[in-house]
Amino acid sequence: MELDVVGLSRLQFAMTALYHFLFVPLTLGLSILLAIMETVYVMTGRPIWKQMTQFWGVLFGINFALGVSTGLVMEFQFGMNWSYYSHYVGDIFGAPLAIEGLMAFFLEATFVGLFFFGWERLSRRAHCIVTWLTALGTNFSALWILIANGWMQNPVGARLNPQTMRMEVSDFAEVLFNPVAQAKFVHTVSAGYVVAALFVLGVSAWYLLKGRHLELAKRSMTVAASFGLASSLSVVVLGDESGYLSSEHQKMKLAAIEAMWHTEPAPAPFTAFGLPDQDARETHYAIQIPWVMGLIGTRSLTGQIPGILDLVQLAERRIREGQAAYDTLQQIRALPPGSAVPAALSQAFDRQSPSLGYALLLKRYVDDPRQATDEQVKKAAWDTVPQVAPLYWSFRVMVGLGLFFIVLTATFFVLSARRRLDAHPWLLKVAVGSIPLPWIAAECGWIVAELGRQPWAVEGVLPTAVAVSHLGIETVLFTLLGFVAIYTVLIVVEMKLMLAAIRKGPRELPAPTPAHDVPLVGKVRAV
Amino acid sequence: MILHTLLDYDVLRVIWWLLLGVLLIGFAVTDGFDLGVGTLLPFVAREDVERRVVINTIGPIWEGNQVWLVLGGGAIFAAWPHIYAMSFSGFYLAMFAALFALILRPVGFKYRSKRESPRWRSNWDWCLFIGGFVPSLIFGVAIGNVLQGVPFHFTPDMRMVYEGSFLGLLNPFAILCGLLSVAMLVMHGGAWLSVRTEGAVADRARRFATVAAIATIVLYALGGVLVWQWVGGFQWTSPHLANGPSNPLMKTVQAGVAGGWLVNYAAHPWTMLAPALGFLGALLALLGLRARWERLTVIFSGLSIAGIILSVGASMFPFIVPSSTHLPSALTVWDASSSHLTLFIMLVCAVVFVPIILGYTAWVYSVIWGKVRPRDITHGDHAY
Repeated sequence: MELDVVGLSRLQFAMTALYHFLFVPLTLGLSILLAIMETVYVMTGRPIWKQMTQFWGVLFGINFALGVSTGLVMEFQFGMNWSYYSHYVGDIFGAPLAIEGLMAFFLEATFVGLFFFGWERLSRRAHCIVTWLTALGTNFSALWILIANGWMQNPVGARLNPQTMRMEVSDFAEVLFNPVAQAKFVHTVSAGYVVAALFVLGVSAWYLLKGRHLELAKRSMTVAASFGLASSLSVVVLGDESGYLSSEHQKMKLAAIEAMWHTEPAPAPFTAFGLPDQDARETHYAIQIPWVMGLIGTRSLTGQIPGILDLVQLAERRIREGQAAYDTLQQIRALPPGSAVPAALSQAFDRQSPSLGYALLLKRYVDDPRQATDEQVKKAAWDTVPQVAPLYWSFRVMVGLGLFFIVLTATFFVLSARRRLDAHPWLLKVAVGSIPLPWIAAECGWIVAELGRQPWAVEGVLPTAVAVSHLGIETVLFTLLGFVAIYTVLIVVEMKLMLAAIRKGPRELPAPTPAHDVPLVGKVRAV
Repeated sequence: MILHTLLDYDVLRVIWWLLLGVLLIGFAVTDGFDLGVGTLLPFVAREDVERRVVINTIGPIWEGNQVWLVLGGGAIFAAWPHIYAMSFSGFYLAMFAALFALILRPVGFKYRSKRESPRWRSNWDWCLFIGGFVPSLIFGVAIGNVLQGVPFHFTPDMRMVYEGSFLGLLNPFAILCGLLSVAMLVMHGGAWLSVRTEGAVADRARRFATVAAIATIVLYALGGVLVWQWVGGFQWTSPHLANGPSNPLMKTVQAGVAGGWLVNYAAHPWTMLAPALGFLGALLALLGLRARWERLTVIFSGLSIAGIILSVGASMFPFIVPSSTHLPSALTVWDASSSHLTLFIMLVCAVVFVPIILGYTAWVYSVIWGKVRPRDITHGDHAY
């Protein structure tokens, strides 16, 4: 990646998004866990469940603050660094962002204040509803941002308006019910649930190892293990759904993830290990498992998954189609304003315009894509290949970790069912050590999805290099360093506060009233 | 889908222009409490408990208030993509400074009282001050620049090019607007504190708010004189193409129209209600601070803010962001919106959700209403 304005803007976006995505998944999952714990409290009236809700609530709050801070940046960055993107697709992409504000952020942010400040001012039931509304708002926001992101991966329901020189919505329902967006939503939200489940599991395991807050820890682990098992199963199953859908809509991404240079005879093998080499255009030391890739990608024994080299050929054809589309577009735009477009031109444009975005790939090399040389067309076709090695490895780390989470949560689920959570200290240590792993998996997932989308900002429609703002390189470098500096300080502060809060543990329960004065072991059983 | 054609494209544009105003006012009036309180924090509260009292007056609601800003970003993106793209990339460094300051706010509220150390707390207090003062100033400076026209143009394929510099934003008129913005938000935050606190803190807040209200009136009047005498307005000169495409390059514009931003008031005298409200609200807030009308004072300061913002909109209509260097590039109500269908869909969403949002926000305010006392801080478990 070159460190020009495009490269630096991408770096800044990646940095701020990956950083924001450290806090979001925990918020997504923990908000639901809090709501579950508080519901148990309202239903059983046992103070320990209130103590649990409040304790995990403190950690939720420390995490939430940074989620809010970093989210603010995300909302404005498209306009700041990606102004042509904002102009070109704002008509479609802006809508889910605005609806996210209306439907999700207000709900989440208005009630989260009452979650913390409302314990003495609200009835138990009302407070519990407040907690659920916070969780609902949080999860709605994931829905809308993934509808927006899903559209970048699979831009449906929109077409280019030559008069305004931008994409405009033609069918909003298609944007809403974009299958890629739906699969991504469930996959991402489940990933967030896994992050929170393993966080609660790990911190509780640490308490068990230290022999502290045993009642809170065991109950928390029970909730986390069952919630975590369900969500890690869902992550993997729906991750598979994403894979299937990308074989339909983003063939290049799939081929790059698999480092599959040539089209293999169906059903394609899965490369379990190998060293992808972008320059040599092959994968060294590949160890392949027959059939698996074909089955995941096409769910059939006969469907073919095209390899990178064939896809580059295809891209070259589409660039040439795109040049024709660009020419037609310029003819339409040259007509005097208000005059009718001749039918022949508009029909030609309807036919060619799906490839228009491919012509814009040439903008890196030449101002007018129609003037591009043969060599430039070939070069642009090769630009459609994303960086194979990071995709290949991120994907494998993500999948490997996903499978590990199923095993880990299943183990604790069984232990909790048999009331033997503290039977194996080494397992508790594994749980503590696993706390950071879901974050790594989630960040790898982001890399697979977004690096795999390159060179496109919007798949097949708008290349990233064209989408950028008209800014000086020093300016972008300055803000990039500024964000790195403040984010680094804040994450150090956040980690310290988190650790301090964990070390301090929950507030002590008020002296038990006779009604709750049952043996603690019995209570575990009762739940 | 043809449902959206029930409403004329131009009608939808005007509705979304009004909604843009609603969003800005919603942000300035609600988050204005937090910005004003943040700016006042180091001055109205001297020792720790006092500062915590001040912070806790907005503790439960600042997050919800801030969403007006986030929604503003999203709604401008959806309804006015040209403006979203142009203003944030054009005012890039100013926007960065505002975001940098705003980043400090959520963490400031949340983290400040997590540790006992006086130094820790005082550092965060200054962060909260920056998070209040800097954005208030920058948003005002931005409006001041918009009123004078911004140096930008569109290339034929609608790529926007900003030709100004960061320092160019800091011209005298823009700084005046920035100070006006700070003054009105400090008046608003001070009025809020005078209602939600007691004793010494409330007294100090009243004093600061009084000064700020006077400053608001003076700066607003001065701004008005400058707009009349010095800032040239812009005028749309080509014939208006009804329901035309959102392409800013299809019109002609004239610049340097003397008193041009006041033409709308002459043509439609009822629009003078907006500046009148700006003055009257601040004046009544001033009286309210003296007479201790409490809640009414907050309402008056809010009305003053609404009037001031409305007057900017009314003066400039149909312009939203005029260009000073390439006149036809100006972004206006008639040629900078998103498509007919998107405006309609977003209107439906707004009609459904805004009443719900206002309903539950009002409920939350009613739950947390009342004076915040030092006792609540020292004995409350969940206070900031």
